[in-house]
Amino acid sequence: MAGALQDWKSQKKPFAAIASLPVFWLALFFVAPMAIVWLYSFGQNAGPADIEISGTLENYKRATEWLYLSIFLKSLAVAALTTLICLIVGFPVAMAITFAAPKWRPWLLLGIMLPFWTNLLIRTYALMALMGTNGYMNKGLGGLWEGASWLRTLVGMQPLEAWTPVQLLYNNFAVVLGLVYVHLPFMVLPLYSALDRLDKSLIEASLDLGAGHFKTFMQIVVPLAAPGIVAGVMITLIPALGAYLTPDLMGGTDSQMIANVIERQFKRANDWPFGAALSFLLIYAMFILIALQSMKANKTKEVR
Amino acid sequence: MAFFRSAPIAPLEYTRKFWMRGWVALTMLFLYAPLLVLMIFSFNDSKRNVVWKGFTLKYYEKALNNDSLVEALVNSLTIAFLATIISLVIGALAAVMLWRFRFPFKGLVEGTMSLPIIVPEICLGVAFLIFFAKVEWPTDLVWPLNLSAITIAHITFCFPFVAMVVRARLASFNKEEEEAAKDLGATEWQAFRDVLLPHIKPGLVAGALLAFTLSLDDFVITFFTSGPDTITFPVKVYSMVRFSVTPEVNAASTLLILLTVVLTFIALKLQGVKGIAETH
Repeated sequence: MAGALQDWKSQKKPFAAIASLPVFWLALFFVAPMAIVWLYSFGQNAGPADIEISGTLENYKRATEWLYLSIFLKSLAVAALTTLICLIVGFPVAMAITFAAPKWRPWLLLGIMLPFWTNLLIRTYALMALMGTNGYMNKGLGGLWEGASWLRTLVGMQPLEAWTPVQLLYNNFAVVLGLVYVHLPFMVLPLYSALDRLDKSLIEASLDLGAGHFKTFMQIVVPLAAPGIVAGVMITLIPALGAYLTPDLMGGTDSQMIANVIERQFKRANDWPFGAALSFLLIYAMFILIALQSMKANKTKEVR
Repeated sequence: MAFFRSAPIAPLEYTRKFWMRGWVALTMLFLYAPLLVLMIFSFNDSKRNVVWKGFTLKYYEKALNNDSLVEALVNSLTIAFLATIISLVIGALAAVMLWRFRFPFKGLVEGTMSLPIIVPEICLGVAFLIFFAKVEWPTDLVWPLNLSAITIAHITFCFPFVAMVVRARLASFNKEEEEAAKDLGATEWQAFRDVLLPHIKPGLVAGALLAFTLSLDDFVITFFTSGPDTITFPVKVYSMVRFSVTPEVNAASTLLILLTVVLTFIALKLQGVKGIAETH
């Protein structure tokens, strides 16, 4: 379609009318703020409200100290675990939507999308209310405990001790659960769109030729849905890595993620240059992830 | 009902398998149970949220009489409205620009425009905090001008989404139609208004809904951009959740969830379920 593109020189006036506003906005309200952050990351505090951009690498050096590096690695691990759980939970759901009767399919999709449209803070708050020490999750666990205790008395053993509510919130478990809760729709939608495009007769052929459902799944469905899996992983991993709200509200003192550390530099520690360096390291990490993905995408293209 | 027809299950009817249905049902329960519990207990006549004590609307009354909460909600809706309109204009222009013209550094412009989608919210929030401090953006303006910084930040992360959706729609436009209009004497502007604009209208509707929800939903960027006196709904709920859990928050949240559902159903009416699914 390149031939159908018009050269801007032949259409100077309409081009100026169309392009000036978006380009101007992007330059002034995106590129300029990001550039200032980038410059600040090479600066140092020179006074209570004054930052001198001295070209120092001190901020980056401090960011690679083990204290911060370990938080970075931990954030990556939490994000990866979240993505993995989303993939395991989301894949059968995406399969179910793909193979559902046409009449049900849009409603199942809507069911996945409605939470995605709902306010993130409200969703986190709702989950927290359910997980509190006298929330329903604890009640459910208490019920199971009492059931187990009753079963023990049936077979003549001592009953278990009385149920004490467990602390489900404010730990790493809560952060992962919260992140899965928030990001699950992000994973299901790209998986669905990849599975929907898949040629179903290939699955039938594999089943007809004697492969079981599991073998068909591993050798036919997964490879063919690979682009959707990669897209889903990226679309879940990237926001999970930069998550601020979930670890802040649901995590404990030891479950801070990198975004919380960045926030602290700006709102409490008041060390803007260091915070700027940390946020650019986070951005570079995203770029590396995206570069890895596109390299992988190019490779699979070459193989085919 | 077709759901309970007892015809044998064909190999590809995965959705009719019992474990598959159970899995989907559990996932939906996981997604919806917290929200439903929150909504139900906003009507509960008890300060502590666990036991059902009876139906009441008093927390809605309290929430609606809480001036700072109402102000925050009005602020959020105003910002979302303004950000949607402006993102729609900028996003549509950006989409047409990339679709129609060949110009130097096009790849660079295109790449930069996708960055606000990719860059983590926290980094964007930090960038706006520093930027507005650096240019000494006034924070003591009268309403609604005191919302300008937040609105600008919201437009920056909303318009690339609008551009993406509109561009997808533009791909199906037949350029010959526009040429025919021009051959028949339409000016550049008339061709745009009468031929191109009607074609991209579904994309604009989808983009507007996306921008509105994104803006209404945003906490992190607003948290960094808002001055001491401008509070939006998510920021207000955040401080309420942090310091005291009150049933008022449940009531206010229920109102916002209902607004989301209403918006989704408007989108459904306009586009059909399939149309919405395709925009994501």
